[in-house]
Amino acid sequence: MSETTRTTVKKPSMAVEIAGIKLRNPVMPASGTFGYGEEYAPFLDLEKIGAIVTKGLSLKPKAGNPTPRIAETISGMLNAIGLQNVGIEAFIQHKMPFLRTLNTPVIANFFGNSLEEYGEVAKRLNDIPEIAAGELNISCPNVKQGGIVFGTDPKAASEVVALVRKHLQKPLIVKLTPNVTDITVVARAVEEAGADAISCINTITGMSVDIHTRKPRIANRTGGLSGPAIRPIAVRMVHQVVQTVSVPVIGIGGISRPMDALEFLIVGAKAVQVGTANFVDPSVIQTIIDGIEEFCIDEGIKDIHELIGSLRL
Amino acid sequence: MKNYRTKIISNQEISPGYYRMRILAPGFSETAHSGQFVMFRVQRSLPPLLRRPFGIFRTGSLPADCDGLPPKEFVEIVYKVVGRGTTIMAELHEGDKVELLGPLGNGFDAPSCDGERILVGGGIGLVPLYMLAGELIEKGCNVRLLMGGRTRDDIFAVTEFERLGVETYVSTDDGSLGEEGVVTKVLERKLQKFPKAEVFACGPMPMLCAVRDICVANKTPLQVSLEESMACGVGACLGCVVKGAGHTEERPSYLCTCKVGPVFKAQYLDWNALAQSHGCGGCE
Repeated sequence: MSETTRTTVKKPSMAVEIAGIKLRNPVMPASGTFGYGEEYAPFLDLEKIGAIVTKGLSLKPKAGNPTPRIAETISGMLNAIGLQNVGIEAFIQHKMPFLRTLNTPVIANFFGNSLEEYGEVAKRLNDIPEIAAGELNISCPNVKQGGIVFGTDPKAASEVVALVRKHLQKPLIVKLTPNVTDITVVARAVEEAGADAISCINTITGMSVDIHTRKPRIANRTGGLSGPAIRPIAVRMVHQVVQTVSVPVIGIGGISRPMDALEFLIVGAKAVQVGTANFVDPSVIQTIIDGIEEFCIDEGIKDIHELIGSLRL
Repeated sequence: MKNYRTKIISNQEISPGYYRMRILAPGFSETAHSGQFVMFRVQRSLPPLLRRPFGIFRTGSLPADCDGLPPKEFVEIVYKVVGRGTTIMAELHEGDKVELLGPLGNGFDAPSCDGERILVGGGIGLVPLYMLAGELIEKGCNVRLLMGGRTRDDIFAVTEFERLGVETYVSTDDGSLGEEGVVTKVLERKLQKFPKAEVFACGPMPMLCAVRDICVANKTPLQVSLEESMACGVGACLGCVVKGAGHTEERPSYLCTCKVGPVFKAQYLDWNALAQSHGCGGCE
């Protein structure tokens, strides 16, 4: 038997490692835009993407906000879903059985309404061996302490990260909110408090008004802006954070094409998350992975690490 | 359910402001049920960013041509030009590339056929009733369709419904076609005549509310198809939720229109909340 000889272009190495988690490539969904994974199984091979990031989980099920919850704006989308989720127990019982069958790291995004709740969810995650890491959402108000958003105050952010770090026996990714004056201050605070990696940015608070009814277009009045509209802001913030911390950074914000993801990698993100674009095209993550690979081949890049942080200043 | 990267077969105005688009979609008709919908991507460039949900009007296939190629399966949507997205859609032509995700959601539930079936459609709400009418006729039901609109422009596809064997009744608010007045007036009359009928309705929320009140008063089973704005259509964004019956602050019940719906049995919905969120007062 003779092997057919043909010219094959050698595929670049796409694997990256974040806080000890090995990813086959640097592209994963952003929390809240991919359900619990299973919703997207009809549209892409979940064993070809870098990781799966779950919808934000809380100790108790959460019903979310009144409707309307979403509104499209120019090249973006405002949402105030209100972190609706099934709760950590139902997640373990009903969503893990599917996720467990996959050969892809699962990152559990989670949040709490108080310090104690954050700690409790972190402890429960320890009971799920197939969860590769936790991604901590600190863009929530501290209900017990005047409603200040943990992630907008370096002290509060540091406190919640330190507490979760103490309880969580898995790598800890902390997701930062962009709704601050200087994101590097919070980034430094969470790194010092024990974050193994940082993901940024979460949505940018925005508002849109229906000029005929003169009412806010979403019931919650304000919501989080996502989509292509926010990408330059996200790239700038990821760049700033990369310059500030030494832990790996996952870039998020308005990625919908391979070239968008490449921007984040070049400024130094070790991986990226794709959010709103999943709603527009449910197989977009695969398209982005393929596009990055193609770019590497065209540019003669053999390993994705040659690209990461290659920004020329 | 599939994400089709496909093209338009035809796109025609069928009544002022209403268009029917036929899109190539191999394998679509095998899985599609009446009352389901598609998420349609107007174009690859922005805006608009998000896809838009459209009810399936019908599915079918073009006969094989002389080249002996296999028949071409298609799906048809009917849309009304109301905003930026639909304005762009109206300008699309045969052969233009589009993306289509579907069939999505839970459609109508019409298992048996004893007694009359009354379909109530208001304007663009007529769309999902065409396939339903066809399915019910096939099961041997007597199907009556009450078509309502503001003006004659809102009434379309009458001949096609009639060709299925449906008895149609037209009413318009301004009397420009059929009876003058609201479609629910006709419904009340029909229910007096056919007290054991089952009702299926799709249309604007004030109409659905009125239909629901009439059906409650007559103890008539009712299924409604809802329209909510949505981002993903597959149950991930949780943007299209409606409150379920018995929803309270303490025990909230939010149902995804895209996944649990878009067709609901009326008793499972919180009608006061629905009416309020659509700015049309309360239901009884």
